[in-house]
Amino acid sequence: MNLLNIHKLNTYFPTPDGLVKAVDHVDLQIADSEKVGLIGETGCGKTVLGMSIVRLLDSSAQINGRIIYRGRDILELAEEDMRSLRGREIAMILQNPTTSLNPVMRVGDQIAEGIRLHGGLDKRAAKKRAVEILKSVMIHDAERRADQYPHEFSGGMKERAMIAIGLSCDPSIIIADEPTKGLDAKTKTQIVQLLKGVTEHKSMLMITHDLNVAASICDRVAVMYAGEILEVGKVWDVLKNPMHPYTRGFINSLPSRGLKPIRGSSPSLIDLPSGCRFCPRCDFAMEACKFKHPEITPADDGQSVRCFLYT
Amino acid sequence: MIEVCDLKKYFSSGLLKKQCVKSVDGVSFHIARGDTLGLVGESGCGKTTLGRLLLRLIEPTSGQIFFDGTDISRLNQRELRRIRPRMQMIFQDPDSSLNPRMKIGESIAEPFRLGLRGKSNRREIRDRVLELIETVGLNPEHVNRYPHQLSGGQNQRVVLARILAINPDFIVADEPTASLDVSVQAQILNLIQDLKDEYDLTLLFISHDMEIVRHMSDRIAVMEEGKIVDIGDSEIVTEAHRNLITDSMLARV
Repeated sequence: MNLLNIHKLNTYFPTPDGLVKAVDHVDLQIADSEKVGLIGETGCGKTVLGMSIVRLLDSSAQINGRIIYRGRDILELAEEDMRSLRGREIAMILQNPTTSLNPVMRVGDQIAEGIRLHGGLDKRAAKKRAVEILKSVMIHDAERRADQYPHEFSGGMKERAMIAIGLSCDPSIIIADEPTKGLDAKTKTQIVQLLKGVTEHKSMLMITHDLNVAASICDRVAVMYAGEILEVGKVWDVLKNPMHPYTRGFINSLPSRGLKPIRGSSPSLIDLPSGCRFCPRCDFAMEACKFKHPEITPADDGQSVRCFLYT
Repeated sequence: MIEVCDLKKYFSSGLLKKQCVKSVDGVSFHIARGDTLGLVGESGCGKTTLGRLLLRLIEPTSGQIFFDGTDISRLNQRELRRIRPRMQMIFQDPDSSLNPRMKIGESIAEPFRLGLRGKSNRREIRDRVLELIETVGLNPEHVNRYPHQLSGGQNQRVVLARILAINPDFIVADEPTASLDVSVQAQILNLIQDLKDEYDLTLLFISHDMEIVRHMSDRIAVMEEGKIVDIGDSEIVTEAHRNLITDSMLARV
């Protein structure tokens, strides 16, 4: 049974230069306790997709489609109902802890904020709970640390604090936006292992451009490019047998795979190619790719791909 | 080209209770002309401090730094200014390394306008800027854009063009792709390799990613807590320090 069912989701932003199609016709399912990786490059729309689910976008955003969570369409909830869902049922771990944490509020208080709101605990009980959560994300000397400010935390510790905030109300789904960005090898490994542990019985949407992180933690991955999903499948199926030329290019540009870049750069989300969006950069492009837009179609063994090479 | 002897940089803080951080603690090494030395280590091991010391962007506590035979740790400001154009730095974050109020073309033209490459008139400058823009893989239309209108990868290309405009002999690249995506990272790293060969540059390449460093370097130095704990041929050092390979504990794609 799918816990979260995203159906034909569009998130567009009107700008003076035109309509930015940040998320375009996205379908994605997340089952109970399933971890899904959303991978792709900067500006492909991954964060906007995550923010659309928790409805944290600017009011100018035009969101269409359906996001069904436990039988309810999130997009049709009143803001008040959304507020009681956000954090308690679906929590988001925002990217860049340095800018996402409140610099003038003690870390413990930032964690306790949600607990007081959703759990109805008093100040003291919430604080105690915050310290427990800090301990569970492996912060040493948690009592003292809870009284400190974000600038007294290292990069890895700030990320742990962000995870603590996400976990604070024991949500069913966590959306983690680039939780390992900017961390060195050792810290990154620790954070991945921590996330793996704390989400054991939860669902997760892990937004990342780090394939090693996705491979370590996710059951399935969705590859996003220029606002749409190009390929979905079990994580090792996709990584070992990437079908879409973009996925292949993405994997081959890893240092461990010889640093072979994809030529060109991603298209503007205002002025998208009329055919396949990857066509201008694709080494396998055919005549049809230039003017016909491929649909995502199931291939073998649960893998789906949006490419004419497979139709 | 570069010879460093017993270089130290201590940062002290605190008024009553003096605390001393030995950021770089007695480091010696050399880089041969045309070579790339990779410098790897975890965050906070002192690798960025070492890179900055080499260009004397910060003052060493003690030790010597020879650049092409000159001990730059002893130069005064004026002498230093004269030698600086020959050594340049690529910083981590390309967006903040460019003047946000200067058009890309102006940024790249600046070294020419300052006369670092001899006298040249407007037309000559224009031609050379366009030439450089092409060399780093940008389009002529980018000349009139501002840094905020370009992507991180494009801005890093601008930084490279600007550095080439100065025509240095030695470049310190401090995690030049830390803020870039995998595929853009591959583009930029390949570009740096090509430019290094074409312009006969000597490079100190700083990163925490062993995989990238191995790809870029002839020799590798491993830094831990301010000290160089191993230095030598790329392949040998990589084999000996497999634990430093990013994500060694994670799944490998």
